[in-house]
Amino acid sequence: MTRTIRIGSGQGFWGDWLEAPRRQVEGGPLDYLMMDYLAEVTMSIMQKQRARDPAVGYAKDFVPLMERLLPALVEKGIKVTSNAGGVNPCACAEAVVEAAQRQELGGRVKIGVVTGDDILDRLEELESHGHPLSNMDTGEPLSSVRERVQSANVYIGAWPVVEALERGADVVITGRVTDTGLTLGPMLHEFGWARDDWDRIAAGTIAGHINECGAQCTGGNCLVDWEHIPNMADPGYPIVVATPDGGFHVTKHPGTGGRVSVASVAEQLLYEMGDPTNYITPDGIVDFTTIRLEQAGENNVKVSGVRGGPATDSLKVSISYLYGFKAVGTLVYAWPDAYQKAKAADRILRERLERLGLEFEEILTEYVGVNATHGALAGEPDPDIAEVQLRIGVRAHEAAAVRRFTREIAPLILNGPPSVTGFAGGRPKVEEIVAFWPALIPKSEVQPKVEIFEA
Amino acid sequence: MSAGTVKLLRLAHARSGDKGDTANIGLIALKPEYYPILEEAVTVERVAKHFEGMIKGRVERFELPNLHALNFLLHGALGGGGTLSLKTDAQGKVFSTALLRMEITVPGGLDVD
Repeated sequence: MTRTIRIGSGQGFWGDWLEAPRRQVEGGPLDYLMMDYLAEVTMSIMQKQRARDPAVGYAKDFVPLMERLLPALVEKGIKVTSNAGGVNPCACAEAVVEAAQRQELGGRVKIGVVTGDDILDRLEELESHGHPLSNMDTGEPLSSVRERVQSANVYIGAWPVVEALERGADVVITGRVTDTGLTLGPMLHEFGWARDDWDRIAAGTIAGHINECGAQCTGGNCLVDWEHIPNMADPGYPIVVATPDGGFHVTKHPGTGGRVSVASVAEQLLYEMGDPTNYITPDGIVDFTTIRLEQAGENNVKVSGVRGGPATDSLKVSISYLYGFKAVGTLVYAWPDAYQKAKAADRILRERLERLGLEFEEILTEYVGVNATHGALAGEPDPDIAEVQLRIGVRAHEAAAVRRFTREIAPLILNGPPSVTGFAGGRPKVEEIVAFWPALIPKSEVQPKVEIFEA
Repeated sequence: MSAGTVKLLRLAHARSGDKGDTANIGLIALKPEYYPILEEAVTVERVAKHFEGMIKGRVERFELPNLHALNFLLHGALGGGGTLSLKTDAQGKVFSTALLRMEITVPGGLDVD
């Protein structure tokens, strides 16, 4: 019988369903639990936290979660791969070591830590090596926003995860390892695929892409037949059942809700897709036009045929920098003439902002219930519409104008159009905007490092 | 059934997401036999016209016949993208169903549903 491994997804982002990892561990057989916590904005939030306290800067939820799950993980021999380490993987690992000791698992848990992605302290050195870290979209050199940079992390691939597993890690905690690398890593480790086995690496990357958004491939956010997808109060999260030949199936534990179908998997495959023939990861290139999907059984989709190509010589860097400030205010106008009242309030507010001489990079008005999501495509609203939410946002490089704007919403309740409500939240908050600067860096400049911590 | 006009919603499902200020829409035929209709009717020009006024940049289209799907990139669609955007749909999550509002002509004889 062909050897298979089962890699389950337990978190699709930092903030995903807290019950999902436990359901994956307890709901049936599993070999690996992967948990993705990182998005671009997450890295800058963590960097700010670490600047205030050097002991933090990782996905804090991960530690109590591991404390709760470790006894079952150890008993069942399930390994964990996660990028919960954020900008401080070592501190995260130390916290998990302490959690293991509290569970009296001392000596029974090895934690592999992958670092080397954080290049915030090396930006000047890299620029002096002739790498301008130019913006991939605009071509501008990083020097134009250099003083405002908050974080800079290289997307590292699956191979350091493999090294950690080969050195005996039961739990692999990483910084900015790619979402896909957390699923591909265990496959490379278990099946011993070669570094230039591009088709199998591509297949493992697709498995990772399917796993990385949690239930979004098992019926969550799925448009097809959405109202009949069963038991969405208890959705099964995806499990990739992989074989050494590079083929795999997508399924979920028996008895869980949701639905694994060709439709649900195809939607996830196309999520955040660019050119499908040239999906670039640190580990290789994938051609999505080669993927075959087939319903192999109930809640079981077979994925085959995946072809790939050689990895490039570069890695992507995600750099975050302070851009400016924004705020969004809302008020709700009721029947009759709800839409007309909301539009009148917008005109009045804009006139007041102008009289104050406030300058904004952008002012955006949306009418929730009328055009906020589909714009003019939604057509004219019912003249008898029950209510319309006026939603107005401003953005500026300086905080002062944005702060003044936040004082101009509430007065409209008493000195603007009638039948207005929905302001219980008080003044809008001024939010700092952290923007992203995508760049490339040669692979030769980045040396991922693997350390083992023992509980 | 003779030639008639239907909303894309009857022929396809979709999922959208973001990359910077670009929204992507994966448009997937509900049945394999609908894919050639999508390929023929949902052109770059039609999609650019459909989203006129909602996006600032160009539209790109990629074909994935293996998944009976088309992938569209809508540049300049998200009001600056990610954290800059003031839009409700700053991450382009519902451009998917906005595309499914498009009305297309279905050749005569095809039984939709």
